[in-house]
Amino acid sequence: MTTIPATKVIPYRTNREPGFLARMLEHLMHPVDEIIIPLQRALGTRRMAYFFVLPNLLIFGIFILLPMALNFYYSFTGSTALQPSERPWVGTDNFSRLLNCGDYGNPVTCDEDIFWRAVWNTGGFVFFQVSGMIVFALVTALALNRQIKGRGFFRSVFFYPVLLSPVVVGLIWKWILQRDGVLNAGIVALGGEQMNFLVDPNWSRFWVIVVSIWAQMGFYTLILLAGLQSIPHEYYEAAHIDGADTWNRFRFVTFPLLMPTMLVVVVLSLIRAVQVFDQAFALTGGGPGTATTYIVQYIYNTGFTSTSREAGLAAAASVVLGGALLILTVAQLKLGRRTEANH
Amino acid sequence: MHRRLLFVVLATLLASLLAVSAAAAQDPITLRITWYNDGTEGEALRAALDGFEAANPGITVSIEDIGYADPNIYHSTIQSQVEAGSPPDLARVNNVSLFIGNYLDLSTLSANPEYWLESFSPSVLDSLRSGPEDSGVYGFPLQFTITAPFINRTLFEQAQVAVPSDSNDAVTWDEWTAAAQQVAEATGTPWAIAYEPRGQRFWGFSISEGGQWFNEEGNFTVDTPGFRTAAEKLVSWTQNGLSDPQIWANLADGPRIAREQFIAGQVVFLYSGSFAVGGLAAGIGETFDWSAVPNPSGPGGSTGSPGGSLLVGFQGTQHPEAVAALMDYLVQEDVLGQFSIASSFLPGHLGLAEAGLDYTANAEILQALSAEIPKINEQAYKLQYSQFAFTYNRPIDGRLAQVIAGELSLDDAIAAIQKDVDDAIANVNAG
Amino acid sequence: MRTLFDFLFRTRGASQLSATDWLTYLYLSLGTVLMFGPVIWLGLSSFKSQEQLLRFPPTLLPMRQESVSLEGYDQPLPLFDVMMLDGNTRRLAQVSRIGLEARMIDPANPGEIITVDIASRSPVESIYFGFENYIEGVQQFDFWLYMRNSVFVTILATLLTLLVNSMAAFGLSKYQFRGRNLIFVIMISTLMVPLAVILVPVFLVITQVGWNNNLLGVIIPAAATPTGVFLLRQYMLTIPDELLDSARIDGASEWRIYWQIVLPLAGPALAVLAIFSVMWRWNDFLWPLIVLSRKELFTLQVGLNSFQGEFNTQWDLVLAMTVLTLLPITLIFAFLQKYITTGIATTGMK
Repeated sequence: MTTIPATKVIPYRTNREPGFLARMLEHLMHPVDEIIIPLQRALGTRRMAYFFVLPNLLIFGIFILLPMALNFYYSFTGSTALQPSERPWVGTDNFSRLLNCGDYGNPVTCDEDIFWRAVWNTGGFVFFQVSGMIVFALVTALALNRQIKGRGFFRSVFFYPVLLSPVVVGLIWKWILQRDGVLNAGIVALGGEQMNFLVDPNWSRFWVIVVSIWAQMGFYTLILLAGLQSIPHEYYEAAHIDGADTWNRFRFVTFPLLMPTMLVVVVLSLIRAVQVFDQAFALTGGGPGTATTYIVQYIYNTGFTSTSREAGLAAAASVVLGGALLILTVAQLKLGRRTEANH
Repeated sequence: MHRRLLFVVLATLLASLLAVSAAAAQDPITLRITWYNDGTEGEALRAALDGFEAANPGITVSIEDIGYADPNIYHSTIQSQVEAGSPPDLARVNNVSLFIGNYLDLSTLSANPEYWLESFSPSVLDSLRSGPEDSGVYGFPLQFTITAPFINRTLFEQAQVAVPSDSNDAVTWDEWTAAAQQVAEATGTPWAIAYEPRGQRFWGFSISEGGQWFNEEGNFTVDTPGFRTAAEKLVSWTQNGLSDPQIWANLADGPRIAREQFIAGQVVFLYSGSFAVGGLAAGIGETFDWSAVPNPSGPGGSTGSPGGSLLVGFQGTQHPEAVAALMDYLVQEDVLGQFSIASSFLPGHLGLAEAGLDYTANAEILQALSAEIPKINEQAYKLQYSQFAFTYNRPIDGRLAQVIAGELSLDDAIAAIQKDVDDAIANVNAG
Repeated sequence: MRTLFDFLFRTRGASQLSATDWLTYLYLSLGTVLMFGPVIWLGLSSFKSQEQLLRFPPTLLPMRQESVSLEGYDQPLPLFDVMMLDGNTRRLAQVSRIGLEARMIDPANPGEIITVDIASRSPVESIYFGFENYIEGVQQFDFWLYMRNSVFVTILATLLTLLVNSMAAFGLSKYQFRGRNLIFVIMISTLMVPLAVILVPVFLVITQVGWNNNLLGVIIPAAATPTGVFLLRQYMLTIPDELLDSARIDGASEWRIYWQIVLPLAGPALAVLAIFSVMWRWNDFLWPLIVLSRKELFTLQVGLNSFQGEFNTQWDLVLAMTVLTLLPITLIFAFLQKYITTGIATTGMK
């Protein structure tokens, strides 16, 4: 174990004067150091890792892990009680209720028909939203990767909606899309008829997807842009010398080199798409009928807002959802590794 | 230097954290009422509370309006607080059965418990009790509500169509539908009928059509000819273009859209209820003449659905005496009367209801609505004051919305409502 | 198809504005309209009265009906253009309306009452940006109180998030210890669980801890974000270990290494996390709504909800207050946008 001189200040960043922030940080952190040094003496350097990880782990354990464990327990119990000790054990009843279906393609034959409608709705949403978003994010990233004026401005413009709260996004678009909204006013002004954008099930689904692409695209655009910019310019030049046209340069340079970034984008956007809820709910309320009711909304309604609070059933649904997500992610990563290995 | 700075920083942090957590424990008593607002009742209550505060120095009462946005999130939020052991002192609630066992019993705390028993209907008081052996007094109705239709009279005049109920005491739903359609066509009004998409509004309709909600064993039952007839009519309005499909497309927004349309003069006939009068009157102002008309008649008679939000105290309060004093103050005839007048509410107080109130605003409409109360069918009362009132309610509008959206046949919807209710009751009883 | 790709993938180089450049600008400009348009529409709408908001077709700009104050009438009277029976249009003030008829007077000649059919009149309006909605909203809605709570929660939660997450990321990226990979994998796998799904048990835990109706209940649970740990860890992995070792040889303590070497070097990643944390906490709705049921603890997003009754929404106030809640985050973004967008780009989820 090394002994540490307690008060010696070691200037690591001598290349410039410490700024205001650095001085503030110094004033704050230096006294903490004096408290922690004895701890380091007691623990040893390597075990200091535990000290660093502990606060996060504690909060994480209590407020994320423990509830998840409780949730898992809930899924095997019944009744409306909140306290686990007051909930009778029902075994796998919740799961069999959830999964019992005459025909999985036809929700009417299922015990929990709305769950299955939500499953199919979510599947459709995930497919169209993720593919739509990747196309738009990629096109935008490619456009922003060109040497044009105002890149910084455009980059910010596309990112701005990311900052808005899901509730506000839902509100804004509901305001635009309702039958007496501004979009319909535009259509009428052009000689068309008012459309039932939020009344027709397919239009509703379409708009939920569009709005969610609108709200999230900026983030993925930036990640893809970073991926594009990290591709060394020499590769393009080499391809150019070899006589490759633009299409071939994209196919043989941009596309393969962008794959790792693309994989990150696909995984992240998939995870988010499966979790679709608040924004869609603020926009359509899950309707018409159940056309835009997704799995998370089903869980939330069943476990929290329904007066009979079937927390056990909701928990079972979340366990099923979690399992599906896990399989999806692992499969994605495996697939990603394989394609990476091929290139 | 560093040590002192650290001390200062830590002290400030600690102080701010303490400030955050030390919200309670103040000397003068503050009572909190969890609340939501639909019209002018918040202001009316505030006026009453000012009177109470003036008479009781040392007690302040704060109205905590948390909004109602989603049909159930309001109650879920209160429920969470109750289960967490930190309920509000008082709350405005509709779904009273959720909190049975957690209400503050005023029968021992009130200065005059007899007055409570005389002033409020036993079925309302019973709805807060845990069973026949429970004789506690837990709260009072802020209003008595009755569902009923409203019509835009100006549109009837313009179309030169006679208002059916002016000459006939028992107008059927079909007659109203035909008249509203005729008026809408003659005046170029986009919609004939707007029906608030809430299961509770549908009870009265189906009973009028001969529906029986309870079978011989007294269990909740859906599949009766009356329910079918009423549901078919309801669905046909949207399908035939008499009603705006937007109303049923988003159930959270539906009632609001229905009322906004009526206010904007875009619909002839609105099925809503007495609870809407304040909001409608404020929106309509002088732009057209409107009135409440009797509930349509059918083989099952003419009945609306009763209801009403209650003000209750919670056992978990730190200041039971103050809560009881406040409740005693609010239920006084003059205070409650004033509150009802200012809110355009029908009183849930028997004495006031009998004597009648001198409404300064919307008097005619409120009188017409009062006339609907004696006609309420016994089944409708049974539904409203059942422990499962809200459990019955929710699937009805959800499933009918699916029928209107074309997802379910009416047969499937009926089976689904029955199953939803049975499952929910089984889950409640599992505890 | 090829030409489309030519447009999109010809990178850098062209010295003059070519057709593809024009296409790029066209695409980006169209994108700008689509991205900003809805928010601007919200802004414009927030100046309209409730009555105007419910009108179809909506006017692009907020309008107000003009009125005149006349002797003998307490209230200013609204002005209308009335098509008279003789085909002329006259500008009249409306005294009252009964059924299908309106009683109007000519402001120039207030003595004479003219009765007209209501269908023949149209209101006289002019563009009007008034702050009535904002003023009424701020008064009706304890705006400053909610604002203070929101700011308090956002700042404290963000500082805590940065501290706790960076410590954990440092521990996970720069040390070898037993259970390291397990901790990391467990954290990452919870990325997939949205709050709405475990609402009931989280609430149960909060009440056991006693943070129900306490701002701590909103601040602390959100601090240990797996996303933040992941982001920072990935970034810190790129910091060479030699730097740390040489500092150790110089006698620096581990804590000093953490804050004097690793933290400054992880600056871009910290900036990104800070922005996201501010955004998450500022926009939080469902969780504060459930944890905080006392008015003096409400955050802006929770307070905003109180404009929605069961059946009645005060759209004018909702829109105005929504704009107010957007302002701070928009301003922060406007000033820091360069750092934010380049930060995310350079952090880039490596």
